[in-house]
Amino acid sequence: MNKEEITFQYLLHLGDNSLILGQRIAEWCGHGPILEQDIALTNISLDLFGESRNIYQYAAQLKGDNHTEDSLAFLRDVLEFKNVLLVEQPNIDWAYTICRQFFFDTFHFYLQHELLKSKDERIVEIANKAIKESAYHLKWSSEWMIRLGDGTEISHQKIQNAVNDLWEFTGELFIPSEIETLAYQSGIGADLNNIKQLWHEKVKAILDEATIQIPTNDFFQKGGKNGIHSEHLGFVLAEMQYLQRVHPGAEW
Amino acid sequence: MEINLEDIFQNKIDNEVKIEPRDWMPEKYRKTLIRQISQHAHSEIVGMLPEGNWITRAPNLRRKVALLAKVQDEAGHGLYLYSAAETLGMTRDEMYNELHTGKAKYSSIFNYPTLSWADMGAIGWLVDGAAIMNQVPLCRTSYGPYARAMVRVCKEESFHQRQGYEIMMSLCNGTPEQKTMAQDALNRWWWPSIMMFGPNDDNSPNSAQSMKWKIKRFSNDELRQKFIDVTIPQAELLGLTVPDKDLKWNEARGHYDFGIINWDEFNNVVAGNGPCNKQRLKARVDAWNNGEWVRDAANAYAQKRKNRVKSGQQAA
Amino acid sequence: MNQNEWPLWEVFIRAKQGLSHKHVGSLHAADYQMAIENARDVYTRRMEGVSIWVVESNNLYANEPNEQDALFEPATDKIYRHPTFYVLPEELNHM
Repeated sequence: MNKEEITFQYLLHLGDNSLILGQRIAEWCGHGPILEQDIALTNISLDLFGESRNIYQYAAQLKGDNHTEDSLAFLRDVLEFKNVLLVEQPNIDWAYTICRQFFFDTFHFYLQHELLKSKDERIVEIANKAIKESAYHLKWSSEWMIRLGDGTEISHQKIQNAVNDLWEFTGELFIPSEIETLAYQSGIGADLNNIKQLWHEKVKAILDEATIQIPTNDFFQKGGKNGIHSEHLGFVLAEMQYLQRVHPGAEW
Repeated sequence: MEINLEDIFQNKIDNEVKIEPRDWMPEKYRKTLIRQISQHAHSEIVGMLPEGNWITRAPNLRRKVALLAKVQDEAGHGLYLYSAAETLGMTRDEMYNELHTGKAKYSSIFNYPTLSWADMGAIGWLVDGAAIMNQVPLCRTSYGPYARAMVRVCKEESFHQRQGYEIMMSLCNGTPEQKTMAQDALNRWWWPSIMMFGPNDDNSPNSAQSMKWKIKRFSNDELRQKFIDVTIPQAELLGLTVPDKDLKWNEARGHYDFGIINWDEFNNVVAGNGPCNKQRLKARVDAWNNGEWVRDAANAYAQKRKNRVKSGQQAA
Repeated sequence: MNQNEWPLWEVFIRAKQGLSHKHVGSLHAADYQMAIENARDVYTRRMEGVSIWVVESNNLYANEPNEQDALFEPATDKIYRHPTFYVLPEELNHM
């Protein structure tokens, strides 16, 4: 695989995470627990879509062949999506949504830091912009983890359940795919080992403050990075891509 | 004494002096404003639903972020308006309660379904267009907080109508299927948009008093006519046909004449029998009820933290 | 009625360095941190600010409207506080 192809594939890893999570939290718009938080969550969704667009635009440029941000988002099928399983998990309720967000934000934040060291200037540029956003996301979701954990008995139970259920999707964040390994070795991508340590420290600190137990199970689901997803992603894509599929080639 | 206060109040209004929250005001002025502003706020919040319906299905990323930002703006506008109404002595929770129990109304147009992507275009172009007609004069309404909220709303709203029209343009310049989609959306949204201005003037009991208090500055029929006059050329530019066979330019009046509005349909939708009344209300009630434990948790945590700070201070 | 409504906060935004904070509106939040974040999301979506103040609405005190005359009338006849009160020769153009 040449360097361009590695970069391209690596960009899909990055862009797909942001796109799918952005799509998931966009589902909340209009249904949040209070107006102010509806607006807050939508802002995060917009940041993630913005980041994924920057990434896809670069990826499309590398790929040539009339690829665009939209062909990458709307015309690839499930097996070609490289996002982690965590981000495609359904919203369920505010506790699951916050927990999924917190696990991802922590990863995302440290990932951006690592990517600032990339030899690829465009990746550095994209990370530089996204890092300010993910710092804010992480602050926001951390505060909610603590509020729910240390709030009422009900909220404590709900967020503990969400942590327990989503924990099995956190391991995949740090198990490099072949592409991630190649990208790291060629100086383009991040060292997931560095991030793993930081992620665990941060998650432990916040969960402790939130009086939430850290799950002890260490069996982790994986596959998303290689296109082997949960059943959820097919439906996410069916919904997202439907107009492009029904009206091939149309301009919108 | 009462009469005297009322005279001073009317005198301020006549001289374009804004009324502020703690100023004396007739009880009926307060009630009218609470009703109108909260109804307006509810319309923004319920109005998020028909468009929210298409966020996850937007046809490309540019359209997706624009639509999401627009629906988010509507949440913001609802928030500005609830805040303005709160200065009159009713809490947001109380206003929600009225919405959720069916006591408060919201704009009927949001009880129609969004069936195709073209509806995002038609809503932005027509519904936001009609809303802007109503809202621009409200920037000068006599109650200060309402006027200030509306200035903010209007500033942000201007991109919404442009976004809608741009969607319509893309569809009209697109494939035959897309153009059909656009015409169908216009067919379905035209009359409900015209009805957004409310009953005819001779059937609008509260209008005269609202005009005297400068809560309103133009009558329903004046605004409706103005909307039709500016919108017809826009439809022609798109190459779409407005679904009104009686529509024609009246040289003598300098306005378009238009067909008879089906007020039965309007009254029916207001009464709760529109295609989506139940679904819209249920979505709001569900969001509110499902969010209760979240709001309670944040309150409980805030209280705990306050207490900890307090006991920390005592210890020190 | 539910007694647990999040408190109301007043929001003040500094539009840019060099200007004072200006009242822009209000919002509901459970604590000050959330109020600041909400203010950022609600009132600075279009780059309207560089600094945010929030204060819980029930901590604001205001004068009584019926004291209006007593408070503000006395200032209206103190025209000697304004530069135009002083008659100077025209040659002295810019003082």
